[in-house]
Amino acid sequence: MQDSLEKVVCETEVEIKNADGLHMRPAMQFVDIANQFDSDITVSNNETEVDGKSIMQMSMLAATYGTKLKIKAEGSDAAKVISALRELVEEKLFGEPPP
Amino acid sequence: MEIKKGIAASPGISIAKALIIDSEDYRIPRRSIKSSQRTIESQRVRNAFRDAICELTELEAAHGKAGRRKIKDIFAVHLRFLHDRSLRKKITDLVHSESVTAEYAVSTALREIAAHFSKEEDTYISERAADIYDIERRLLIQLLGKKREDVANLTEEVTIVARELSPIQTAEFNRKFVKGIASDAGGRTSHAAIVARSLGIPAVVALEDLTESVSGGDTVVIDGNRGIVVVNPDDQTIRQYQEYSKEFTELEHKLDAIREEPAVTRDGVKITLLGNIEFHDEAEAVLQKGGEGIGLYRTEYLYLNRQNEPTEEDHYQAYAETVSVLQDRPVVIRTLDLGADKYTQRKRFAPEPNPFLGLRSIRFCLQNLMMFKTQLRAILRASVLGDVKIMFPLITNLQEMMQAKMILRDVMEDLDEESIAYNKDIQIGIMIETPSSALTAFSLARDADFFSIGTNDLTQYTLAVDRGNELVSTLYSSADPAVLRLIRTVIQDAHKAQIDISVCGEMASEPEYIMLLLGMGIRTLSLTAPMLPEIKQIIRSVTMEDCNNVARKVLGMNSERQISNYLRNAVGKILPEAF
Repeated sequence: MQDSLEKVVCETEVEIKNADGLHMRPAMQFVDIANQFDSDITVSNNETEVDGKSIMQMSMLAATYGTKLKIKAEGSDAAKVISALRELVEEKLFGEPPP
Repeated sequence: MEIKKGIAASPGISIAKALIIDSEDYRIPRRSIKSSQRTIESQRVRNAFRDAICELTELEAAHGKAGRRKIKDIFAVHLRFLHDRSLRKKITDLVHSESVTAEYAVSTALREIAAHFSKEEDTYISERAADIYDIERRLLIQLLGKKREDVANLTEEVTIVARELSPIQTAEFNRKFVKGIASDAGGRTSHAAIVARSLGIPAVVALEDLTESVSGGDTVVIDGNRGIVVVNPDDQTIRQYQEYSKEFTELEHKLDAIREEPAVTRDGVKITLLGNIEFHDEAEAVLQKGGEGIGLYRTEYLYLNRQNEPTEEDHYQAYAETVSVLQDRPVVIRTLDLGADKYTQRKRFAPEPNPFLGLRSIRFCLQNLMMFKTQLRAILRASVLGDVKIMFPLITNLQEMMQAKMILRDVMEDLDEESIAYNKDIQIGIMIETPSSALTAFSLARDADFFSIGTNDLTQYTLAVDRGNELVSTLYSSADPAVLRLIRTVIQDAHKAQIDISVCGEMASEPEYIMLLLGMGIRTLSLTAPMLPEIKQIIRSVTMEDCNNVARKVLGMNSERQISNYLRNAVGKILPEAF
């Protein structure tokens, strides 16, 4: 029987556009938004894959300006969270200045 | 069963369960746990996180309200970390997979993460390591905090095991329950060792890595005579040590019996035996063990176990009580000898790079006259109550001694003006404990009423060895020919000037040195109370002629090892039970 809460998978690629990169404040904002949703979120650069809801792991990514990150969401609200995160990174620039 | 060798710091045997503590008296629990305890331990981890989050949330709010945004932000970061479920999971996973305590898991996991951060090139990120250590500490405080009182509220016999112990920690141990002490760090003459000896608690130090091999609750044997520690002894070893313990106690009782006997050599030479004390309430013990007075009252402890400087009244009370116990027997009070340690370092803006050679002891006093005069006033006031003598430590040259004497005269004049009584003829002596004062003793002798040789520091400065540094403690030896020549010079100069001379360093309490010291001309020894009976026994068993022979032979030898062996053989023939 098909569950209305079926697992949807959504992916996107984002680029870090703010001057100081993914330091603590942006990482915290990212994690805060990610935790508002049910989906499991994984974030990866070319080397590692981390849990997007863990501040510990996100801060270890050390993504600097220009880094491209893949975000994958798995869950019923996958589309929503991908959209929110993309907006945070590429449009709002975490509320920080571009270089 | 594991046998570890360290340095014997305080004689005696004890067998008790280990209690491991750190420098703040926090009890560090075992590393390993039983499988059945894993669930409880994981819950402890979760509770610690919950409590730390609570604490931090309050702090964050408080700082936010007070407008301290930067601090509030830091707490916000820490809170995020504490809320991070993958972090908590990492730790509880460790508890389960390796059956370890919550504290161990927290420490290990967080340090691993911190190490990861430190490696990053970006300094912003590498600085996050500091945040991780902060979080570790916060969690550990939650886990350990409630157990802090344990050392103060012991209910069973324990062996204290620590990386290092401060003299204050050691002094506060309840002798009823603390049966033995073992530490990774320290040397035979470190202050903590001295305190352990005064309290009569067997202790072994400089074990280097004992804390890594012992878990709380392990049975530990302390052999403070031979400097051996046995962890989880097998039955045979336990029986063996119980035997040794019995023998040792019997020897003690035998020696106690000679308490009333005079300290006279077989050919009739009288030796004066005095006691070294750190606390005024040890004076009683000195008399009980047959001491005839106090040759060294170390006044540092008046300054150490408190927040503020002791007042003149604090000093006076301690001195007056000591003198009242000793009545008309001599009491030599040494002025503050602190330095190269927390007391003087804490007061500085920048810690001295080489405190051992820095502003310590009498130098510190001469630059802190108010504090110095407070102590001098109290000593002078107490001098009317008995036979009080004053002694200045670490005098390195004539000028220093003259300065100190001048300050003392100032204080005397103050007291005269205030019509406060004191002994105007109080004897003023100095400690000879540096190569410079030893080599110029003839000149210092003209203006000092007496000398006391501080063999600990004299040995350290002459051999350039830090007695508290476990990496080089074996280089420290008062049997070194250089040290012995200096001691002989000092004794000769004192005799020429006809002033009293004594030895108050640890050498005076070590059986193998007694014949040598006597043979070199020493007639007064001041040592720790527990050793008085044994030393008296040696004195009563030798002739001065033998001692003179020993001294002559030894002073012709060139190697410390040769001298040590010779001395040990010599005394072994007289008092075999000592070894």
